[in-house]
Amino acid sequence: MSLNFFDLLGQLPGALSQGLIWGILAIGVFITYEILNIADLTVDGSFCLGGAVCVVLILNGFSVEISLLFAFFAGLTAGLITGIFHTLCGISAILAGILTQLGLWSVNLAIMGRANQSINVNNFRLLVSLRYLQEVQNGDLPFYWSPILVISIFCVAIIALLYWFFGTQLGCSIRATGANINMARAQGINTNYNKILGLMISNAMVALSGGLLSQYQGFADINMGRGAIVIGLAAVIVGEVIFGRIFRNFALRLFGVVTGAVIYYTVIQTVLWMKLNPNYLKLLTALIVVLFLAFPHLKAKIASISVYRKGASARA
Amino acid sequence: MLEIRNITKVFNKNTVNEKTALKKLSLSLEDGEFITVIGGNGSGKSTMLNAIAGVFPVDEGRVVIDGVDVTRLPEHKRAAYIGRVFQDPMMGTAAKMGIEENLALAFRRGQRRSLAWGITKSEREHYCNVLEDLGLGLEQRLTSKVGLLSGGQRQALTLLMATLKKPKLLLLDEHTAALDPKTAAKVLEITESLIKRDKLSTLMVTHNMKDAIALGSRLIMLYDGRIVIDLKGEEKENLTVEKLLKMFGSISGSDEADDKLLLS
Ligand SMILES: Nc1ncnc2c1ncn2[C@@H]1O[C@H](COP(=O)(O)OP(=O)(O)OP(=O)(O)O)[C@@H](O)[C@H]1O
Ligand SMILES: [Mg+2]
Repeated sequence: MSLNFFDLLGQLPGALSQGLIWGILAIGVFITYEILNIADLTVDGSFCLGGAVCVVLILNGFSVEISLLFAFFAGLTAGLITGIFHTLCGISAILAGILTQLGLWSVNLAIMGRANQSINVNNFRLLVSLRYLQEVQNGDLPFYWSPILVISIFCVAIIALLYWFFGTQLGCSIRATGANINMARAQGINTNYNKILGLMISNAMVALSGGLLSQYQGFADINMGRGAIVIGLAAVIVGEVIFGRIFRNFALRLFGVVTGAVIYYTVIQTVLWMKLNPNYLKLLTALIVVLFLAFPHLKAKIASISVYRKGASARA
Repeated sequence: MLEIRNITKVFNKNTVNEKTALKKLSLSLEDGEFITVIGGNGSGKSTMLNAIAGVFPVDEGRVVIDGVDVTRLPEHKRAAYIGRVFQDPMMGTAAKMGIEENLALAFRRGQRRSLAWGITKSEREHYCNVLEDLGLGLEQRLTSKVGLLSGGQRQALTLLMATLKKPKLLLLDEHTAALDPKTAAKVLEITESLIKRDKLSTLMVTHNMKDAIALGSRLIMLYDGRIVIDLKGEEKENLTVEKLLKMFGSISGSDEADDKLLLS
């Protein structure tokens, strides 16, 4: 069982396109985790929701664009529900997300009618598909069918839109809500409304990403969202750790997050290529996230210990 | 300008920790009046300001600002009338956002926030001018994150934000208490000039008796959720720390220890 490097190289375009899809998920997570300062666990449910809505609508003869649009709206609704649980019902953000996620499990099953639904790429003109990627590489399809190109356009459009939105008066007030809620209220900002709005936009991005992934892989599965929040977090953290110092501009930070997702997915592919048992992937992801989250904390601790040591040796 | 009638605030009602922080407290503030508020720890000063600002609902009584009964309005709606500065310099500004972004947020207090761009060019010039008036050199650092500023600079900025759009009422809760004496004096100076310039109706809580006597046109003292001393005009002008302490002693029947506490 030797490791064939060309195998890995051959997987890179696939990793890139799927990483970019995760990048949109990561942008959604960025909005709640970084901007609103909320850990929103709805994500696992809304990712699958986007996939389920998209696949079922396509199977029922709707166009790909309409199906994606409905996936987007489904995500908006999921965010709205978590937002209402959190703000109007006074449930903590984490619990509100968990409750919506749990409820969505049944909703997703109901939408799909069973645990998974697949779409045959031969019967539909999809927006993105693994098959198209292969056919573009073989020269059977023109380059503009390439999922890498299509998803990149999606990413750029989303980043541009969000850059504009979070620069508007309303967008600034959402950022203020996450940055300092007391100050926001004192400045007359309706923080509950803003949190709901932020959660809606975030989950809409996540569902859109789920919709794209289900097309790309040709099926939606009830388990496809499991761990999505951690994948999103991993991408956000990798993006911020690597680019945080260079990119201060909001659009560039979002770009960093998407790149973080691509890097993260590539690392996962590399690990798989090294014949790691796929069952350990989630454990690996969890460990990576823990490591990155703990890093600043541990760094400060170690620094303070060494300062203490220096002080002690100076006294001695 | 402001009228509070018989407000009562009970924390942790019907528990062992029940605490009545305000007891049928009434106060009315004329247009342009500047009241300094003193009182020992736990006497209810912050609770009074928070009740006015709508941080929590009161159990009894009414709050009326400029003829509008705001008792049932949530905090963010009352903000249209009220500018606030807190004791904690971290609380009044968003550290992750730039100086101009913070000002822009304050500039739209009480207005609907639209999808127009957050900061326009003419606004930026305006912010530059008001920052220049502060004399802290912040106009050179419009896009710097507020988190990089010192406590005093942040408090000065918060003051500016509270008054950028002229509030009907300015609430200052020990806003210099966390600063070193020199910075505190500077911030107090800025406070005074802003209040004078815009003739702002103001409630300023302080633990510094000298400041309370020197500033403002009226002084009130809270004790156990009530207003126990209310001085203005000549009485206020001729006030000294000693007189104030004596007055307080006769009201509370307290001894030296309480007076020390009050002075701290
Ligand atoms: N959120 C709260 N929950 C319970 N009790 C509270 C709360 N806020 C204030 N209290 C109580 O109400 C009383 C008045 O508190 P308040 O903060 O108004 O005092 P203060 O006059 O501002 O004192 P200080 O000078 O220490 O700031 C205190 O006994 C306090 O313990
Ligand atoms: Mg207080």
